Amino acid sequence: MAFAAFSHGGGGSKKTAAPASKGSGKVALLLLLPGLLYLAVFFIAPLFSLIATSLQTMDISSGFPIYNYGFQVSNYVDVVSQYGPQIFRSFFYALLATISALVISYPLAYFIGVKARRWPLLQGLMLTLVIAPFFISFLLRTFAWKQIFSNESWIVTSLQQIGLLSPDQYLVGTPFMVIFGLTYNFIPFMTLPLYTTLERLDIRYLEAGADLYASPRKTFMKVTLPLSMPGIVSGTLLTFIPIAGDYVNASGLFLGSTETSMLGNVVESKFLKSYEYPTASALSVILMGAILLLVTLYVRKSGTDDLL
Amino acid sequence: MATEFVARGADLELKGIRKEFPGFTAIEGLDLHIPAGEFFALLGPSGCGKTTTLRLVAGLDEPTKGQILIGGKDVTHTKAHERPVNTVFQSYALFPHMSVLENVAFGLKQRKIDDPMSKAQASLDLVELGHLALRRPAQLSGGQQQRVALARALVNRPSLLLLDEPLGALDLKLRRQMQIELKAIQMEVGLTFLHVTHDQEEAMDMADTVAVMNKGRIEQMGSPEKLYDRPKTVFVSKFLGQSNLFVGNVEEENASSISINVAGSKITVPKDRAEKHKGKIAVGVRPEKAFFHEEKPKLGAGHNLIGPGEIIDIRFTGVSNQYLIEIPNLGNVTVFAQNIGKSPVTELGAKVWVSWKVEHAFGLSDLPTNTGNETITESITVQ
Repeated sequence: MAFAAFSHGGGGSKKTAAPASKGSGKVALLLLLPGLLYLAVFFIAPLFSLIATSLQTMDISSGFPIYNYGFQVSNYVDVVSQYGPQIFRSFFYALLATISALVISYPLAYFIGVKARRWPLLQGLMLTLVIAPFFISFLLRTFAWKQIFSNESWIVTSLQQIGLLSPDQYLVGTPFMVIFGLTYNFIPFMTLPLYTTLERLDIRYLEAGADLYASPRKTFMKVTLPLSMPGIVSGTLLTFIPIAGDYVNASGLFLGSTETSMLGNVVESKFLKSYEYPTASALSVILMGAILLLVTLYVRKSGTDDLL
Repeated sequence: MATEFVARGADLELKGIRKEFPGFTAIEGLDLHIPAGEFFALLGPSGCGKTTTLRLVAGLDEPTKGQILIGGKDVTHTKAHERPVNTVFQSYALFPHMSVLENVAFGLKQRKIDDPMSKAQASLDLVELGHLALRRPAQLSGGQQQRVALARALVNRPSLLLLDEPLGALDLKLRRQMQIELKAIQMEVGLTFLHVTHDQEEAMDMADTVAVMNKGRIEQMGSPEKLYDRPKTVFVSKFLGQSNLFVGNVEEENASSISINVAGSKITVPKDRAEKHKGKIAVGVRPEKAFFHEEKPKLGAGHNLIGPGEIIDIRFTGVSNQYLIEIPNLGNVTVFAQNIGKSPVTELGAKVWVSWKVEHAFGLSDLPTNTGNETITESITVQ
C-alpha cells in the first residue's frame, strides 16, 4: 500500500482511470476481480468482524469472561472515557512526529531531488542511505536508541552536567524520546514521496519566479512549496497514519513508559495480554475512524486534488 | 526592491562577455549594444551561445568575465529578481498551480504594484485572452500559452523584454500571426526587445537589427536588409538565406572592382562589396539574383557569366523554382526563378549558362572550410 502511494507521488487521489472504450470494460472488470476478491476476503470481512467484536457483550457469570455477539454501544463510551489520554496522545505525538519528520525530510529530499541532479552518483548514494536503515530490523534500531539515550549514557550525563536536564531527569520514558523515536523511524516514509515529487520539479518554474521579481524565499513559498504539495500530502499521510497506530516506540520496553503509552499500546495489551477483545476492537475502530476523518479533511483542505 | 515601474525601454550593453561552463566556453569576447526601444534579434544555430547570452542578461547565469549594463546601470552581479528584465521562456514556464490571471499578476504582486489583478486582466485582454483568465495553463493550447507568457512578461513593463525562441513550438500559420502581433505590441509599448531565434526568416521579418551569432561570438550585425545583401562571412552568407560561393585568386584589379579566376572563369565583384582585395578570396551571389540562359548570352562588362553547365535538379517550391546547375570545374550553382508565368521552365539535363550582375556579387572575409573550387549551395536552415 505504501509503495503504491509513492509511485504516483501522492496519496488521496480520487481519480481512477476510465476504461478507454466500452469493449474494454469487461476486460477491466476481469482484471480487477482478483484485487476485489482480495479486498473482500482480507479487508472487508476482517473489518466487519472487528466491528462485530467491538460490540460484543461480556458475560462473567461463569467466573471468567465470555464474550457474546451483541450490540453493546456502551463499549465505545467506556473506552473513550477510560482511554481518552491515550487517544489524545496518539494523535498529538503523531502530529508532532509528522511535523518533525517533514522539517527534517524536506531539505534532505530537496537536496537529493533538485540540487544533486547534476551528480546522479551522489543522488543514488544518498537515496540508498535514506533507505539503508530498512536493512536492519526497526526493533533493533529502536532498541539501539534506547541504549544511546540510556540513563547512564554520556549523552544524558553531559546534558545533566550542562544543566539541560536536572540530575534526576532522564530521557528514556519521556514524550520527547517517544516523539524522537517515531520521527526517526518514519523519516524514510516522508523523504521518499517528497523526493519523487521534488525530483520532477521543473527548475524552469523557479527561474520564471526569479525572472518575475520573486526573491528565492518568495519563489520557494509561491512556487516550489505549492508544486511539491502532492509529495507533502503523501509523505505526511504515510507517516501520520502508521505513527498514530504505532505501539513500539511508546512501549515501556523501548523508548516510552506508562506515561507515554499510545492507543497502539492499549490495543496491544488488551488483545495480547488481558484478552479484552471488545475493548481492543472498539479502540481499533475509533483509531481507524479518526484517521479516516482526519485524512479526508486534510486532503480536502490541502486542495491537492487537481495537482495529482 | 530595486526596480521601479518603468514604461519605456532601456538600452542594453554587453562588454567583453565571456561565459565558461565546465568543459567548454559558450561565449567569448561578446560586445553588444542595443539602443532603447529597438527590436533586436540574436540569430544563430543551436549551441551558438545565444540562449546563454539571454540567460546572462536575465540574471539566470553569471558571466565568467565582462559587464552587463541595462540603462547605463551595471547589473552584472544583480540577482535575477532585482533586474528590470522579463523573459518569455521557450517552454513558457507558466506556473501550473495558478490560474492564467494569477500567472500574469505574479510579477506585479511581487513588486507590490497597486491593483495587480485588473492590470493583469488588461494585459490578458491585450493578447486577446481575457476570457480565459480563470483557466489553468494546462487547459490552453500552445499558442494561447505562448500569449499568456507574453502577457505575463509585458504586464511588468520591463525595461528590456527577452524572448527565448518563444515561437518555436507553434505551427507555421500561428507563428506568422504571432510574429505580426509581437511586432505590433513592441511598437505600441516601445520596449526594448531582445529576441533569440534560430529562424532566419523570423529574425529578418521582425527585428530592426539582427546579430548573427556563431560559436560564441557575433559574426555580423546590422539591419536585415544589409545583412542579407552584404554578408561578410561564409557563415552569415549561408545561415541567412542561401548563397553560391566561388573561391579563387584575385587576378585583376581596377579602380572599382576586382576579379577572381575560378577554374578559368572570371568572376568580378565591386571593391566596396568585398572584404578583401588580395589573394585567395570567396565571392558569392544569392540564388535569386542569378539567371540562367539556354544559349550563351552576349552580356556587357557589368555581368558575370559562367557555364555552360547542366541542370541536375529542379525543385518546385510554389513561389519559385529552384534549379541546381552543375558546372564543370566550378561545382554546383543554385538559381531561383520566380513563377511569374514566363519563367524559363527547362528540362533536367538542359545545357545552360548562369549570369548575374557584378553589383550583386559580394566578397567574403573568410573562405569556406571545404576549400578548392567546390561551391557551397546548401543552406543550413531551409525553412
